[in-house]
Amino acid sequence: MTTRTIKVDYLARVEGEGAFKVVVRDGAVRSAELKIFEPPRFFESFLRGRAAIEAPDLTARICGICPVAYQMSAVHAIEDAFGITVDGPIRALRRLIYCGEWIESHALHVYMLHAPDFLGYDGAIDMARDHAEAVRRGLMLKKAGNAIVALIGGREIHPVNIRVGGFYRVPRRRELDPLAEELKRARDLALETVRWVAGFDFPDSERDYAFVALRHPHEYPFNEGRIVSNRGLDIPVSDFDRHFREMQVARSTALHSRMADGSSYLVGPLARYALNFDRLSPPAQEAARESGLGPVCSNPYRGIIVRAVEILHACDEALRIIADYAEPDRPHVAVEPRPGIGHGATEAPRGLLFHRYEIDGDGLITAARIVPPTAQNQASIEEDLAGHVGGFLDLPKTELQHKCEQTIRNYDPCISCATHFLKLRIDRE
Amino acid sequence: MTGPVRLAVIGIGNPRRGDDAVGREVARWLRGRAPQRARVLDTDGEPASLIALLDGLAAVWIVDACRSGARAGAIRRLDVSATALPSELTTVSTHGLGLAEAIELARAIDRLPPHCVVYAIEASAFDHGSSLTPDVAAAVAETGRRILAEISAVGARLEG
Repeated sequence: MTTRTIKVDYLARVEGEGAFKVVVRDGAVRSAELKIFEPPRFFESFLRGRAAIEAPDLTARICGICPVAYQMSAVHAIEDAFGITVDGPIRALRRLIYCGEWIESHALHVYMLHAPDFLGYDGAIDMARDHAEAVRRGLMLKKAGNAIVALIGGREIHPVNIRVGGFYRVPRRRELDPLAEELKRARDLALETVRWVAGFDFPDSERDYAFVALRHPHEYPFNEGRIVSNRGLDIPVSDFDRHFREMQVARSTALHSRMADGSSYLVGPLARYALNFDRLSPPAQEAARESGLGPVCSNPYRGIIVRAVEILHACDEALRIIADYAEPDRPHVAVEPRPGIGHGATEAPRGLLFHRYEIDGDGLITAARIVPPTAQNQASIEEDLAGHVGGFLDLPKTELQHKCEQTIRNYDPCISCATHFLKLRIDRE
Repeated sequence: MTGPVRLAVIGIGNPRRGDDAVGREVARWLRGRAPQRARVLDTDGEPASLIALLDGLAAVWIVDACRSGARAGAIRRLDVSATALPSELTTVSTHGLGLAEAIELARAIDRLPPHCVVYAIEASAFDHGSSLTPDVAAAVAETGRRILAEISAVGARLEG
């Protein structure tokens, strides 16, 4: 029996601190563990005792890349507890800012973090020397997303204009016109993006995932919908706890999530796409077909194409919202705190993000629960590694390491919002 | 040369995080003082937005706060036209792409202006909601004056 250890000090292009270990014995993968050792951040604890209306601004700080997702799940959960419904132009603006975040986040991942894997570069700067035109396109797309978040959210990073009930200020109609012009250009760039990534080489590997995402009667999901799966699940957000369990495992400071029966599941672009293909804009559906994707994609490496399709959809949706926008009379609906329990789930770029709050008679939070997408995907990441690495064991050491890293980056994992590093170790016994 | 000489000063920072705002404060000092041919801009430093601001410029001066261990308010001038920022000034941002990476990305895609200078001002505190600390505030006008002199020299050279 041969023993071989492959060690990588850090894996770049992911967010957060973690490690990874594969044990290979007699040529077969015996175990695959994703270890997350970043210190716990105690957000749920320090939310206790804070005013419920502070939750969107506090939870936004969980992530520098997807703060809008945290703000949106928080406002929906608090509004659920307060018995508030937001509709009309304010609801549409919430979808618009979410479009901005998806464009920003997906463009960052597709161009800066993930494409280098497929094209054989260590990072975006190396890749840019040979693929300048593509990187320019990625930056212009990201900037278009920034422009939406800056206009609706007040600034590009950690927007400050979102509140329970709506916004502090809503844009004038004329402010949206230049944004629409930028988005029309971005839309063309998004279509080019789909075609560009569709030309990459993809490992031939598929898995029978349990996909979980929101589904809405008319829309590709951002803020609203029932939680559905391809295994027959179809529940209101408030039933999340009855069907999903969080558990602690020794190797991770992030709780693992499982279905009630103990099985793993997948959230994120592949799941959203598979469960909502018919809700994508017609051009996005067409681009997906043209790129060779069916209505379901079970190859995690092709997730980069699905992200590109979602960028195109987000551009289309943003343009549609802008075209239909009528300035509301007030930037937010009246907010009257009341005691209760509220649930909210929205689709962060990386997948379903669930919040639950208990609020007392003074409008203060007495309990908070936040279930982010990467925590839910940990079990699936481990299963992907166990499954896919087995097919790559004959590769030379550096290529095998790279395949492992690429397999992790398929998930665009956000181990935390503080970017540090992820260590990767493979032991062969 | 043909066409207008395109010069810009870009101040980077978060205006509500203490000394992090120093780049924006230098930009504010320069507004009304810089010659018309130089645009004065500011940004929170997000790389895609920053690189977009560089497009088409002949010369740029970027002003940002830094932490290198020097005394608070120390002004460092770094010509990055041909070489990268030194590693001790490589920043860590929430996006994993700091100013050094943004400059190298711009260089790789041929968006870095031929004349590109970074003024890095040593910061000491980044408290939420606070203003510049006194040592850092004292560096604002000095940095602004140096940039004005450079704009004058570079502008004359480009026009000549």
